[in-house]
Amino acid sequence: MASNRDKQGRPVVAVTGMGIVTSLGAGKSDNWQKLTAGQSGIRAISRFGTDGLKTKIAGTVDFVPVDPRSAPELSERIAVLAAEEAIGQAEIGSRGDFPGPLFLAVPPVELEWPQRRALAEASSANDTVGYDALLRASQDERFRAYRERFMFCSVGDRLADRLGTKGSPISLSTACASGASAIQLGVEAIRRGEADAALCIGTDGSVYPESLIRFSLLSALSTSNDPPQGAAKPFSKNRDGFVMAEGAGALVLESLEAAQARGATVLGVIEGCGEMADSFHRTRSSPDGKPIIGCIRRALDDAGLAPDEIDYVNPHGTGTSENDRMEYLGMSTVFGERAKELPVSSNKSMVGHTLSAAGAVEAVFTLLTLEHQRLPPTINYNVPDPAIPLDVVPNRARDARVRRALSNSFGFGGQNVSLVMAREPA
Amino acid sequence: MANDGRETVITGIGLVSCLGEGADAHWDGLSAGSLIVDESTYAPYPVHPLAPIELDRQIAKKGDQRQMEPWQRIGTYAAGLALDSAGAKGKAELLERMDMIVAAGGGERDLTVDETILAGLRTAEDADTFLNTRLMTDLRPTLMLAQLANLLAGNISIVHGVIGSSRTFMGEEGAGIDALRIALARIRAGQSDIALVGGAFNTERKDSIIQYDFGSYLKGRYRPVWQRGPEGGLVFGSLGAFLVLEAREHADKRDAAPMARLSAVLSRRSSRRPGDVTASLEASWQDLAGRLVSDGLALISGATGAEPATAEERAFLAAHPEVPVRATGSYIGHALEPQFVMNVALAALAVNRGTLFSPGDPSVERPMQGPLKQVAVTGIGHWRGEGLGLVDAA
Repeated sequence: MASNRDKQGRPVVAVTGMGIVTSLGAGKSDNWQKLTAGQSGIRAISRFGTDGLKTKIAGTVDFVPVDPRSAPELSERIAVLAAEEAIGQAEIGSRGDFPGPLFLAVPPVELEWPQRRALAEASSANDTVGYDALLRASQDERFRAYRERFMFCSVGDRLADRLGTKGSPISLSTACASGASAIQLGVEAIRRGEADAALCIGTDGSVYPESLIRFSLLSALSTSNDPPQGAAKPFSKNRDGFVMAEGAGALVLESLEAAQARGATVLGVIEGCGEMADSFHRTRSSPDGKPIIGCIRRALDDAGLAPDEIDYVNPHGTGTSENDRMEYLGMSTVFGERAKELPVSSNKSMVGHTLSAAGAVEAVFTLLTLEHQRLPPTINYNVPDPAIPLDVVPNRARDARVRRALSNSFGFGGQNVSLVMAREPA
Repeated sequence: MANDGRETVITGIGLVSCLGEGADAHWDGLSAGSLIVDESTYAPYPVHPLAPIELDRQIAKKGDQRQMEPWQRIGTYAAGLALDSAGAKGKAELLERMDMIVAAGGGERDLTVDETILAGLRTAEDADTFLNTRLMTDLRPTLMLAQLANLLAGNISIVHGVIGSSRTFMGEEGAGIDALRIALARIRAGQSDIALVGGAFNTERKDSIIQYDFGSYLKGRYRPVWQRGPEGGLVFGSLGAFLVLEAREHADKRDAAPMARLSAVLSRRSSRRPGDVTASLEASWQDLAGRLVSDGLALISGATGAEPATAEERAFLAAHPEVPVRATGSYIGHALEPQFVMNVALAALAVNRGTLFSPGDPSVERPMQGPLKQVAVTGIGHWRGEGLGLVDAA
């Protein structure tokens, strides 16, 4: 029987529940079926008009009704769906009473244009609508709901109420690594013995005009609008940026000891977490790859593993020129010659880049990869980039023996987090 | 509480606010009861504006300064002061291992762009297309980087080289409380040796006041937090506060002098039914019961002036009349995420000097007799989040 303690004497951290929502659908079953069939969830944006935009596509979650629509509202709704699936699978606690803390990766929130316009209209100012007029209008009772909705803590607070998590919920923002950071904090809390269980969620429902334009202005987004399903092309020579997307991933983490004591089914193990910030530039990686290399090595060290013991990599793999090149540099340095054979497939080719949720969404997909012993493909891989000689599992899923996998998440602001996951306790 | 793990000390403090920069300016300002309030620029909203700072002293490159909005500059500056005070500035080997937790909101907007677009939207034939077109042409491409919550941490990595780890907690007051709680827990458990923790807030912006104006903000004439009454409200202050926390054994090894010991950080979340705040504070107080000293204990309150939170905190304080109280918010204002870190820093300065600064509002605050050994710090969010910290002499 596997030990409850890892090589460093810390409690082993097991995954006992998982939930997921992406543009492909809600739930593990639907998502896994479509992901391994190579289906794309990217589509033309119908939520708002796209005239005047260079990018007119996204992996939106349109099947969850939200009214009035706002990023925190949708982020909360899909987080609930993912969390309830995960808690249901773990069969832990009781409804509305999760026996541990909440670590939540959530996009930054602010008043959006519909709210700003409502304030402007209520201000009865003339042609000029200054912030002074908005301030006067904002005192109207009917805008009171904005206050709670657009506080940074509001999604976490409402989730904590609904799910009954314990203590102060932590809302994380480490850009596109946020989902992985949430898992990392959960792992650390269990290793410290602070909690027997933790709920880690990454959620992002923030496809709205200004958020898309912000990334567009940084030239980060694909403009291959037609057909939308072909836009996300990670590791391809003709890749031209990432595709914004929405989604949520949730994991119930438990100490292996607690999970076994209550007879829970162990779905996988988080063996190691690594992190190293990049001090080179706000949006670009250090050209020497040192932070990415250091991040992956720290994750392996934390797990007590050699690079040879990793069988599959779920990369950050955004499909931007910069990310994929730098991620290859990182992997080829850490894995050496083996990088050419090590399968590396990007979920983002199908579900797009779920931003704050990505680390959690991709952790769920990585654990499903381990569970099913089947590698989801990198679709749209028609023009290989000779500078990135990786086995990207091109276009078709395939079976493989996978004991351990690495999942990378990198973000603006020098955020780098890598997680090592295993099918079974060592 | 039985097993605290490794003792954790504060070896660096970096502060900027309306009172100035650094430990002495804050000590002197609080002792003198200096009141720096601007009641006119954002009238009817009083604010405590940031004292002038020479950015070049902590952010050497103009290019870096230009890439930031004010809240990031304030925070990067305060972080630099903390690293200086910890003797860590420029020590690459140490900074490579230094963990970082920043509590941040962010989201500073380009007000001119917003105002121009809102005016145009009134007459635009196709609102969606108008909005798209104007945002595509009017927004500065790099503005997003000045808005993202995690880009204060990102700028600290770039400017000061802190790269061990980088985590940003969002969520108003609770984010700052949990940033310190998690950093302390990691050091105690041996998951971290040294950590930079803090945040910054720029109040001198109307887009931020809007968010908190729906019933929480004081309007009209400034009053100290205890005197704002049942219709009370918070008054924002621009400030930045960072601490360097360190395992004592780690500080000893590199000959860093501890200023104080961080003994506990507790956080709670109540739903704010009547009486919840008082009960939450009392429960945390009881959790600390075994470690409170009978002589030489004082309390620094993070009361915001927002109601009903402040009245409920006052009810808790009234149940502990033996403990001298100081509410710093009357002088430095309220800054959401970094507020608790600021108050823990002020507590550390006080125990380090062995004395408490002068009382303010006599309805709640009174002089303290005898030497100061220990300070409890409250952090009651204006809407959510309740924290209690404990700082002891090193």
